Amino acid sequence: MPKVKIPRKSTTVDMTAMCDVAFLLLTFFMLTSNFVAKEPIIVAIPSSVSEIKIPERDIVTVLIDAEGKVFFGLDTQQDRKEVLDNVGKAYSISFSDKELTEFSKITSSGVPIEKMKAFLALSIEARDSKEAALGIPTDSLNNQFKVWMKTSRQVNPKLRLAIKADQKTPYKVVKGVMTTLQDINENRYNLITSLKEVSTK
Amino acid sequence: MAEMQVENKGKKGKKTGQKKHNTRVDLTPMVDLGFLLITFFMLTTSMLKPQTMEISVPSKDKVEEEEQNKVKASQAITVLLGKENKLYYYFGTEENGVDPELAETDYSSEGIRKMLVVKNADVMNKVNQLKLDKAARKVSDEDYQKKLSEYRASKGAPTILIKAADDSNYKNLVDILDEMNICNIARYAIVDITPYDLGLIDKKTLPAK
Repeated sequence: MPKVKIPRKSTTVDMTAMCDVAFLLLTFFMLTSNFVAKEPIIVAIPSSVSEIKIPERDIVTVLIDAEGKVFFGLDTQQDRKEVLDNVGKAYSISFSDKELTEFSKITSSGVPIEKMKAFLALSIEARDSKEAALGIPTDSLNNQFKVWMKTSRQVNPKLRLAIKADQKTPYKVVKGVMTTLQDINENRYNLITSLKEVSTK
Repeated sequence: MAEMQVENKGKKGKKTGQKKHNTRVDLTPMVDLGFLLITFFMLTTSMLKPQTMEISVPSKDKVEEEEQNKVKASQAITVLLGKENKLYYYFGTEENGVDPELAETDYSSEGIRKMLVVKNADVMNKVNQLKLDKAARKVSDEDYQKKLSEYRASKGAPTILIKAADDSNYKNLVDILDEMNICNIARYAIVDITPYDLGLIDKKTLPAK
């Protein structure tokens, strides 16, 4: 009987198609992604049934943590630079170009202006430490938050305001922030919440 | 490597000097790299955008509005947010030295929502009907929005004054604003709590202790 010849076949699969798919997906993710912004504090936001999405651009985020510390975040680097420069001027502190660039890399900051220079001199890791997250003073005698807010409005008039506060934040602090906003005629703002399902029955 | 070289040994007669090179490149590492990057992007992106609630507060120099609020107070429902997630409400205001009756409730759907739905039954019914119509595509989106705001602002709807005590928390505030949304109440205001209101809460809670 003649031997039945089984042809030796290559086990290689053509990877080109798979590679195409992988890079297609990669491109998709790169184009659609907006990175999770690093925030100095972790905030557990309350949920609501509101379905309005937050606008993509030109937003100021006011972060309030459970202890009532206030943080301030702008979304573009250019704005951040200009705002810090102007806020510095208001307190007659001048920041060098290097410091301004450093600041423009921070998403959200909560440092009293007089300590800003020291804060910017810290290494990136040290900035994350608990001691560095002091919060911006909001009391009526030294209301730096108001200055920050006013300056950002001057720098970018299109800005929209979003308040992101922790569930456990005492109302007193929130009220303080709201009155400050009212003082400078910021009467429309967004409260950031996560979605929850509710039946109206 | 993963690629197995299969040489063509079928034809014996050919004796060309040049070796046939395999032009195929092994793409497996490239695929690995691709998927690694995908994983990275998937983990670092925030696909889910957070929701917001829009609120607008009257500006400070509108004193007239505050006057209006005072007039309305007699027909309004006042909601007091107390400490430890307690919630109280009363109707109207003090009349001839008689305190309005303060009722205690909670943030659940059986609590404050029930009361609000009853008080706002007229608007609720209309809005629900409208929503059904919209689901059945009887009304356009534009009309829907127009009618919705029209119904919500109708005369019979109650006015709610939200007064939060300093020791209530932010979640309470969001919850109560949420209830306003759910119950289709367009006329509400966040007002500072007065010592009178705090007194009412104290009176309500103290005898129980």
